Amino acid sequence: MYEFLTSTEVYNFIKGPLVWVSFIIFIGGSLYKIISLLFLARKDKVVYPYMSLKYSVRSIFHWVIPFASTNMRKRPWITTMTFSYHICLVLTPVFLLSHNMLLRDSWNIRWWTLPEGVADVMTLIVILCTLFFLMRRLIAPEVRFVTSVSDYVLLAMVAAPFSTGFLAFHQLFFDYNLIVTFHILFGEIMLVAIPFTRLSHMLFFWLTRAYTGSEFGAVRHAKDW
Amino acid sequence: MIKVERKDVADPGIDEKVKNLNPEKIEKTINWVLGKEAAARLKAYVQTCIHCGLCSEACHYYLSHDRDPSYAPVAKVRQTLWEILKRKGRVDGESLKRYARIAYTECNLCRRCSMYCPFGIDIAYLISIVRRMCHLLGVVPQYLQARINSQMATMNSEWLTQDDWIDTAQWQEEELRMEIKNARIPLDKKGAEIMYSLHSVEVKFMTQLIANIAKIMTVAGIDWTIPSTDGWDNTNQAMHGGDFETMGMAVRKHFEAAFKLKVKKIVMNECGHAFKAVVYDGSRWLGWKESPLPYVHAIQFYYELIRNGKIKIAKKIKEPVTVQDPCNLVRGRGLGDMLRYIINATCEDFRDMTPRYEHNYCCCSGGGVLHADKPWKSVRLEGSRVKAEQMKATGAEIAITACHSCHKGVHDLIDHYKLGMHVKFLSEILVEVMEIPEELRVAK
Repeated sequence: MYEFLTSTEVYNFIKGPLVWVSFIIFIGGSLYKIISLLFLARKDKVVYPYMSLKYSVRSIFHWVIPFASTNMRKRPWITTMTFSYHICLVLTPVFLLSHNMLLRDSWNIRWWTLPEGVADVMTLIVILCTLFFLMRRLIAPEVRFVTSVSDYVLLAMVAAPFSTGFLAFHQLFFDYNLIVTFHILFGEIMLVAIPFTRLSHMLFFWLTRAYTGSEFGAVRHAKDW
Repeated sequence: MIKVERKDVADPGIDEKVKNLNPEKIEKTINWVLGKEAAARLKAYVQTCIHCGLCSEACHYYLSHDRDPSYAPVAKVRQTLWEILKRKGRVDGESLKRYARIAYTECNLCRRCSMYCPFGIDIAYLISIVRRMCHLLGVVPQYLQARINSQMATMNSEWLTQDDWIDTAQWQEEELRMEIKNARIPLDKKGAEIMYSLHSVEVKFMTQLIANIAKIMTVAGIDWTIPSTDGWDNTNQAMHGGDFETMGMAVRKHFEAAFKLKVKKIVMNECGHAFKAVVYDGSRWLGWKESPLPYVHAIQFYYELIRNGKIKIAKKIKEPVTVQDPCNLVRGRGLGDMLRYIINATCEDFRDMTPRYEHNYCCCSGGGVLHADKPWKSVRLEGSRVKAEQMKATGAEIAITACHSCHKGVHDLIDHYKLGMHVKFLSEILVEVMEIPEELRVAK
C-alpha cells in the first residue's frame, strides 16, 4: 500500500489529471450552482424586483469588515477567529511559494509569493482556528444543539489539506512523499466539495447578503448589521 | 443530545386537527410547499447556513429562557424545516404538532435574527414556510384560526357586522361632540384626501381610540373618511396563520374600498402587523411591488402633523416615559426617528431602552403569537422576560407603543412582571397634550 501511494504513477496522476478534474468540477460546479440559483430566484417573485446595488454593497461592506456589525462587536473572540481563519484559508494556498513554483514550472505563471515564515504562521492559524471551532461545536450549547456529523466532516475537510501541508513543509512524523500525496488529494477533495456541500456559503454569501441588504435598506429603511 | 423541555399545552386547533391527517396527505402537502411555493430563498438559506449558532443572542425567547439552546433561531429551524427536509416530508402527526408549536408560538417573525446572521438568512421566512405547511394541513392554533375564519366570513377579525361598525362610529362621534364642536367621523365621503383604516379590535373593545383619531383629524383640519362597508379593517391574522389566500383577499378589499372612495392616500392606525400585511405581504401576494396607494402609518402621520404645525402641543407629559419600538415599523420600516420626534415633542422625560431602534427586542406578542391566545399566554409571557428587564431598567412610568400587538403584549408583561407602568398609544398621549383651538371647544 505504501509503495503504491508513494509511487511516481500515483503522484503524477494526482498532481496532474486529478488537479485538472478537481478544478473543472470546482469552477464548473460553482458556476452551475450560482447560475441555477439565479434562475430559480426568478420563480421566487419577490427577489429581483427589490434588489438594490447600493444597499447590497452597503450590507456586504458591513459584513466583510471585521467588527463592522453589532454581532461581531458582541463576540470579539469569535470575530477575530473567524476573520483570521477565512483570510488565511483563502490567501495561503493562493500565494504559497511551493504552489507558485508548481505553477511556474507548469505554465510559467508568476505572481506574488508569501514569505515562507508568514505562510507557515498562516497555516498554523487555520489549524488553530479549526480546533477553536471544533471546541465551540463540542462545548457551546447553542452550537452543539444544531451540530450534526456533516459539520464535523466539513471542518475536517478544510483542515486536512492545511495540516498535511504543514506536516509536509516541516517534514514531520510521516514520510514526506506519502504526506504530500495526501496533501494534494485532500486539497482536491476540498475544492470539489465547495459547490456541493455547505462550503458553498463561499459562493452564496454574496447573494444572500445582497438580498437581505436590499430588503432591509431599500424596502424597509433599516440597517441590517 | 441536549433535551428539549416544554410544558404540555393543549390546543384543539393543533391536537385535534392532526388526528384528521394521514401520512400521505402530510407528505403531499409538505412537498407541494417545498416544490411549488418555496424556491430560491429556501434553497439558498438551507445550503448556506453553516450552523454557527451566532443568531442565538438575537432571539428574545433564547435570552428569556436563560440561553436554552432549543430556543435559538437556528435551533427552531433545525427542529422543524431541517427535519422536514431530511425526512422528505414523511413526518407523522406528533412531529407536526411540534412543528406547529414552534412555528406559531415560539417565533414572533420579528426578524431580529436576520441582523445577527453573518449571511443575513431570513429565519422568519423559513419559519413562515412551516406555518404555511401547517395552515394547508389545517393545523393552526384554535384562537388564531377563529380570527382567520372571521376574516373570511366578515372581512374583519372580530365577527363584527356592518351595523356594529357604523353604530360604533356614530356613537364615538356623539361622545366626541360633548367636547369638540361639530366633530365628525365622515363615513363614505367620496373624494376625501385621506381614507383612515383601523382595527376591528378598536371597534369591539377600544372604541376610545376611534374618538381619539376623530379628535386629531378635526383639530388638524384633515379631509378624511372611513368606508362604512367591508374594507375598513386592516387586521390580517391570515398572514400569520399562513393563509395567504385570505390575507390577499382582505388586502384587496381594503384597497378596493380606497379606490371606490377615490382617496389620495390611506392613513392607518397604530398597528405593526397590519402595516406589514398591507404594504409588504399582501401587496406582494396581489402582484404589486408596493402598495398601489400611498400607505401612511400613524407614526408618520402624527409626525407630519406636529412638524407642519397642524397640531400644536399645549403641555407636555411630566411622568418619565419609554418607548417600545414595534418590529414591523422600526426594523420593518425605519420609523424609529419619527417615533422619537413625536415623543420628544410631547413628553418631558423620555428614557430610551437599550438596545433600541432596529436592535430592540420584540414584545413577544407579534407574529400571531398573541392571537394564538389563552392556551399560549404563559409561553408568550415567559418569552418576554428580557423585554420586561429592559423596560424596568428605564425606570419609566409610561410605556408608549404604536402597535396593537405590542400594546397588548406590553400590557400583559407589565402585569406579569409587576413593573408598575402604564402602556399608552401615541394617540392617547397626543389627545392629552394637544392644543384645542378655542372655536372648537364646547362651552362647559
